Amino acid sequence: MSNTPSELKYTKSHEWVRIEGDGTATVGISDHAQALLGDMVFVELPELGSALEAGEECAVVESVKAASDVYAPLTGEVVAANELLEDAPETVNTDAYNDGWLFRIKLEDETELKELLDAEAYAELVAEEDH
Amino acid sequence: MSNEPLIFEHSRPGRVNRAQSAHLGGELNGIPESLRRKHPPRLPEVSELDAVRHYTRLSQKNFSIDTHFYPLGSCTMKYNPRACNTLASLPGFLGQHPLSAARDSQGILACLWDLQEMLKEVTGMCAVSLTPMAGAQGEFAGVAMIRAYHDARGDAARTEILVPDAAHGTNPATATMCGYTVREIPTDDQGDVDVAALKAVVGPHTAGIMLTNPSTLGVFERRIHEIAGIVHEAGGLLYYDGANLNAILGKVKPGDMGFDVIHINLHKTFSTPHGGGGPGSGPVGVSERLHPFMPIPVVGRDDNNAFRWLDEHDLPQSIGRLSAHMGNTGILLRAYIYALMLGREGMVRIADYATLNANYLMACLRDAGFDMALPERRATHEFILTLKRQAKEPGVTAMDFAKRLLDYGFHAPTTYFPLIIPECLLIEPTETESKETLDAFVEAMVTIQAEAEKDVETLKGAPYSLPVRRLDDVKAARELDLRWQAEA
Repeated sequence: MSNTPSELKYTKSHEWVRIEGDGTATVGISDHAQALLGDMVFVELPELGSALEAGEECAVVESVKAASDVYAPLTGEVVAANELLEDAPETVNTDAYNDGWLFRIKLEDETELKELLDAEAYAELVAEEDH
Repeated sequence: MSNEPLIFEHSRPGRVNRAQSAHLGGELNGIPESLRRKHPPRLPEVSELDAVRHYTRLSQKNFSIDTHFYPLGSCTMKYNPRACNTLASLPGFLGQHPLSAARDSQGILACLWDLQEMLKEVTGMCAVSLTPMAGAQGEFAGVAMIRAYHDARGDAARTEILVPDAAHGTNPATATMCGYTVREIPTDDQGDVDVAALKAVVGPHTAGIMLTNPSTLGVFERRIHEIAGIVHEAGGLLYYDGANLNAILGKVKPGDMGFDVIHINLHKTFSTPHGGGGPGSGPVGVSERLHPFMPIPVVGRDDNNAFRWLDEHDLPQSIGRLSAHMGNTGILLRAYIYALMLGREGMVRIADYATLNANYLMACLRDAGFDMALPERRATHEFILTLKRQAKEPGVTAMDFAKRLLDYGFHAPTTYFPLIIPECLLIEPTETESKETLDAFVEAMVTIQAEAEKDVETLKGAPYSLPVRRLDDVKAARELDLRWQAEA
């Protein structure tokens, strides 16, 4: 069973979002997503300073099975990217919600947060897909 | 089966095979000192017997359509008749110089012209160019023509190519190579393109849509006319990926479905050797409006029934040349001979038997308890089995099944594609397999399922009978190392 921490927000496209409380949000892919994709071999992250629009393709996670796009859950500027993943992409598999984070954005429009799913809604979505 | 060392690892200093070594006594007349190599090349030093045994052993490891059932979905691994090879190897063909004048090349030009005509008829397109040297190059040529068409009309606003999420990876790759942005269209739960989603994104920025029909889900796209209407109305063009043409050969023509451009994989549908077994060939067919942009050369026929190459003078708006001469002519000849041997009636029987074999195999596997990805749909030439249930309990994946099949003497089906179906095997038996072979495959799948229920570890360790065991594909992807290096 996949793990869905209750303090995080989620998207239908399987990203997780952690609101940091300082106007930024950290983004990664969910435990369910990493399990489906399998062993990561490469992660391509957005450039620092680039402006993302909610819903835009902004990163790529490549596993032995497939390369998949990651979508920006929120609009804003990229203020950090997880350089650790360059040498250790498998961290996305082993620690999807902590060390396996992908990038951090400075939020432009906090009202967008309402569009995100809470843990319960996301777990339901996963269960539905799984059935 | 043991692992065979590289020929370099068989090498022993000073060991030679004088009977076949080159005569080295000559003078290097006229070659300046600066251009001569300082050290002799590090060629392997082996005896004739070493060399013969090494390459014979390698050849015995071949896992090919000549040795095994090869149900690799979307690849159409059918038998390559020996007659095609024999006839394409006639001295008159082999001795033909690509630059000889058209008046001295009428025989081969006639064959190629004939092949163009046959492909036109079977696809329902208005003209065919044979020159692309592989499926991917055919795709590139096709989208380059779409681009040339819009450019010629001064319609620069069309920056997007639409691609269904079930598409072959080459489709978005091709569109990107041609400078387009790719927009993904979802598939509905019956395996058809989601027409509402298509309507929502199509517009003045749509250059075209790339479709495979039957799709990679192994089902016919039922609303193709509606889709063609929507895209055409918006001013976009329709690209047909010919990967799955085998299912409809002689039955339905892509031209009749409304497609503007198509590529055909001769190495799939027309039975020429595949990939590592021989060069590919990806001719393109076009509708009237893309005709001026076809890649050159094309074979033309003048009023006196003489054949000649059509070049940039005949097609000044052509996207250009894709190879030094006429693509992979030897492969084109094999496809031509194959088509001639089949004739008009045989062409239709390909589709009949390819779909019959796929549906028979699907029905047997379903009866044996396996789950199909689209249980309500009839298969075309291939179908998708999903092992999602087995991956949960007892915990064996599509990859475990695929590896274990190798031990039973079957090439694995395509795994984990299309991406939208979890734990899937895409299975394409082709028309050239007998009922006995299909039954043996079902039996192997049933045996593997029983093994999985008894002891998961058996499957996790497979394969056991091949020169190498389960490969570490994660390590291979992360630490790519393909070059042999001599020890210092």
